[in-house]
Amino acid sequence: MDNIKKFKDSKLALFLIVLTIFFILNFSIDESNGVLWRLPALFANLPGAINSFVESLINDWFLIEIYDPDIEEYEKTGLVKEITRTFSGLILFFIELIREILLGGVNTIASFTDWDFINENEWAKWPALPWTIVAGGAFILGYALKGLGLSLLAGLSAMYIAIFGQWYPAMETLSFVLIAAPFSFILGLLLGILAYKKRTVEKILAPLLNIAQTMPHFSYLIPVVAFFGIGDQAGALATIIFATPPMIRLTILGLKKVPPEVLESGLMSGCTKFQSLFKVLIPTARHDILIGMNQVIMQCLGMAVIASFIGAKGLGFNLLLALNGLKIGQALELGICIVLIAVTLDKLSLAWANKQTDYFSDLPFFERNKYSVLFFIAFVVSIILAYVGSIIFEGGINYFYIVEHNKGLTTQHFWQSGIDWIVENWYAGLQGFNSFLITGILVPMKNAYLGMPVIATFMLVMGVGYIVGGIKSSLIVCGFLICIAFTEWWDRALITAYMTTFAVLVSAAIGLIVGSLCAQNNLATKIILLVCDTFQTLPSFIYLIPVIMLFGVTDTSVLIAVIVYATIPATRYTVEGLRNVPVSMIESSKMSGANKWQQLTQIEFPLSMPHILLGINQTVIFSLFMVIIGAMIGTEDLGQLILKSLSDKNGIGNGLILGLCVSFIGLAVDHLIQVWSNKRKKDLGVI
Amino acid sequence: MKNLKIKAIVAILTTAMVFVSGQALAKDSRKPIVIPTHNWSSQVVMAYVIGGIFEKLGNRVKYVPADSQAVYEAIRNGDVTISHEVWQSTFGKSFYNAMAKGGLIDAGNHSALTIEELGVPSYVIEKNLCPGLPDWKALADCHKVFATADSGGKGRILEGPQSWHGDLMPKRIKALGLEDKYVVKFAGSADAIWAELASAKKEGRGIIAFNWSPNFTDADGFEFIQFPPYFDGCRIEDGGDGSCGSPVGWLKKAANYKFPKTHPRAYTVFSKISFSTQDIGQMASLVDVFKLSHEDAAKSWLNTHEDVWKPFLE
Repeated sequence: MDNIKKFKDSKLALFLIVLTIFFILNFSIDESNGVLWRLPALFANLPGAINSFVESLINDWFLIEIYDPDIEEYEKTGLVKEITRTFSGLILFFIELIREILLGGVNTIASFTDWDFINENEWAKWPALPWTIVAGGAFILGYALKGLGLSLLAGLSAMYIAIFGQWYPAMETLSFVLIAAPFSFILGLLLGILAYKKRTVEKILAPLLNIAQTMPHFSYLIPVVAFFGIGDQAGALATIIFATPPMIRLTILGLKKVPPEVLESGLMSGCTKFQSLFKVLIPTARHDILIGMNQVIMQCLGMAVIASFIGAKGLGFNLLLALNGLKIGQALELGICIVLIAVTLDKLSLAWANKQTDYFSDLPFFERNKYSVLFFIAFVVSIILAYVGSIIFEGGINYFYIVEHNKGLTTQHFWQSGIDWIVENWYAGLQGFNSFLITGILVPMKNAYLGMPVIATFMLVMGVGYIVGGIKSSLIVCGFLICIAFTEWWDRALITAYMTTFAVLVSAAIGLIVGSLCAQNNLATKIILLVCDTFQTLPSFIYLIPVIMLFGVTDTSVLIAVIVYATIPATRYTVEGLRNVPVSMIESSKMSGANKWQQLTQIEFPLSMPHILLGINQTVIFSLFMVIIGAMIGTEDLGQLILKSLSDKNGIGNGLILGLCVSFIGLAVDHLIQVWSNKRKKDLGVI
Repeated sequence: MKNLKIKAIVAILTTAMVFVSGQALAKDSRKPIVIPTHNWSSQVVMAYVIGGIFEKLGNRVKYVPADSQAVYEAIRNGDVTISHEVWQSTFGKSFYNAMAKGGLIDAGNHSALTIEELGVPSYVIEKNLCPGLPDWKALADCHKVFATADSGGKGRILEGPQSWHGDLMPKRIKALGLEDKYVVKFAGSADAIWAELASAKKEGRGIIAFNWSPNFTDADGFEFIQFPPYFDGCRIEDGGDGSCGSPVGWLKKAANYKFPKTHPRAYTVFSKISFSTQDIGQMASLVDVFKLSHEDAAKSWLNTHEDVWKPFLE
């Protein structure tokens, strides 16, 4: 006991020393001190170099002559460009195939024949499915996979989307997700298995995964456009970059957890390599793999809006269009459609994965095929309905076939007037708070960050690194920061850091409090987790506009938008952490006569701290992402430049390097928290 | 059997004839023309209007959503065929960057002359919140009217994103001697400007923002501030002192360099297309005021304005 106390004291003492040196440096060094104040921008030429490298790779490296039948000329074009465009053509083909099964069209037929054929043959056109078939199919699929509950969720979601006139964009989004999600899932699974089998692959993948998961999406949009063009395929590829890493990670995690006994028993029963992988390893690791699948689906729909910046059709694009016209009610309805698709796909895929194979093969024909028969009936009935509809609604919209875009029911006026009411009645009252926050807290905090000499920043961060994880951590963190310090964007990185710090402090506080309160009660736990799911998939762009209306184009607006989003993981992990404290521990504390408060502070919090810390870690990453999206409101940090890189001459290089700067901030924090959390886990004997 | 033979011969002959005549007339390729849609109404409606005109010529079109800055790179690479609303001050930079790299051509101007300038909502002038506006000299005495929580007592000028025209406005404010009284805040997107304008209107509060015309805000009333008139060479980068307002701007069309070769007919029409301020205003108001969907607005505009677009086909 004494030793532990000493140990703690020595850490505290160390921290105080670090802090003292930090403040001395902070006050003794100013702009006149040159290198101690700001490091020289050694990497200033890097973005330009990357840019010209990528461009020459695409356009000038290994030129080949290709005949372009449209202009009847031979053209020189880069090999890389031809390869990437062929690949994107393939992805686009599959997206359009699914899209045209749902909505009809000519693109798929055209890719098998040619456009002249389509033009000459009026009949060469695939008809759209009536929405009633898809909705009926959703009811049946839900029932077949799980039961009445899922059937209602899937079917009613489809009906909601159709009745509210969002069928067209929703199916466009669905067709894009139905390609991006399975692609990410399979790619993630394969890479995960490979990394599990080969240590080198894991070593190579680890840093790439770290970067892909912390790099803001805007920074790789332009490179994706340069390689893969603009359109659904580019949106899908950007989504895949974002959605695959968690899948890889969770696959590795799951496979590593498989006990060697299980693997050996498989080998003893004479499994081949292939069998031991698919019959032993993967089924045993299914829990984590399924979480990976859930993450993939959530991330894919989370990208729906950003993917529309580079050509993904559907709900995301319509949402941006609605927001530009300040139609917040409409944007909200579109956002709800995205959430519904996400939840439905998530539950359907989970039910599918959990379904046991039915080995009773001697069922009669109807029993075995009842769902196919049911679907066939739904199909026929829907077509008859669509035909009847064409008579009833003659000349107008056939509501039994496809409800045209924005021609359905709508509740947008209700939401819109709600927002208007809030702005009208709250604006004046909030101005006092707004100016207090800005002049009293935000501006001084920003100035304090900008007034830090670079040497003091390094002293502080490396000191904390040393305390947390010894000399190794200290050097790792230093490595991340020094890369940023050598760019010309250190000051902007400081502003990003100031906003992220503020947002993380507030989000973590709210998340811890709300999470601990909700974890005390079963119903509250369920509700808060549902709220977390909803807000995670509801596009964050929706609340940017109301927030601007209340707080103007200021840092307050940005920070509120960030906090709304970044509180989700803090809350979720707190709830999960507290709920997973072993019952035996709680019982034994009760027996020793601990009251509710003691139980919470002495037992539950310390035990769930490692898990909660991972939540805080996620909060940091979420905050960074959202601070960058906050550039859409108006900031002066790295995000503003990332957004600007969409139109820059050196857009590819600038975007990537700026994105890496953001990524490195995230990774430095990530490293510290991970090391600390692992140490705590060891101390507590959790692992 | 005999019947089949004749049919086959006829088929071959027709194909050959189509092929030959195709060569002779240099007909448009049947591949779809890719038209980008951005996130504001007039642009989307005009995309469907121009698409509709192309379809009347017998061409196929395909619409693809794209970011309004990133689209020029896509046109250059041939992933998007045209862009029909290139605003001078907001997209001029991206347009010329892409043109310098090669692959993008200038397909002429619309007749619409655009104003892209700082201004105030009309009620600011009607309520006389700042006596003397729209003359810029009035600004000197009423910076307090335009102050916000984060402007430190100065008036705040809400400028568009920095990618639009860099430091033009801060330089101008300095050149006009207003820098002690005003700060320039860069909004992150056009949406942010509209949100602030809408919020200010509800409160009847004073606000100076960057805006343009023709735009949907025209319907609500928006007055541009009259700065000293623009002349060639008045801006700092051109050797002047920077104390001048914005020039009357152009609205261009852009196309991929292959477009004239692949679709000669459509390109000729596209290069002739020239909408006026009034046309663009009507297209936007069909959506923003009359609440039509973008597709319906385009159809209705095409039906009611044959006199405008038919001449482009000649």
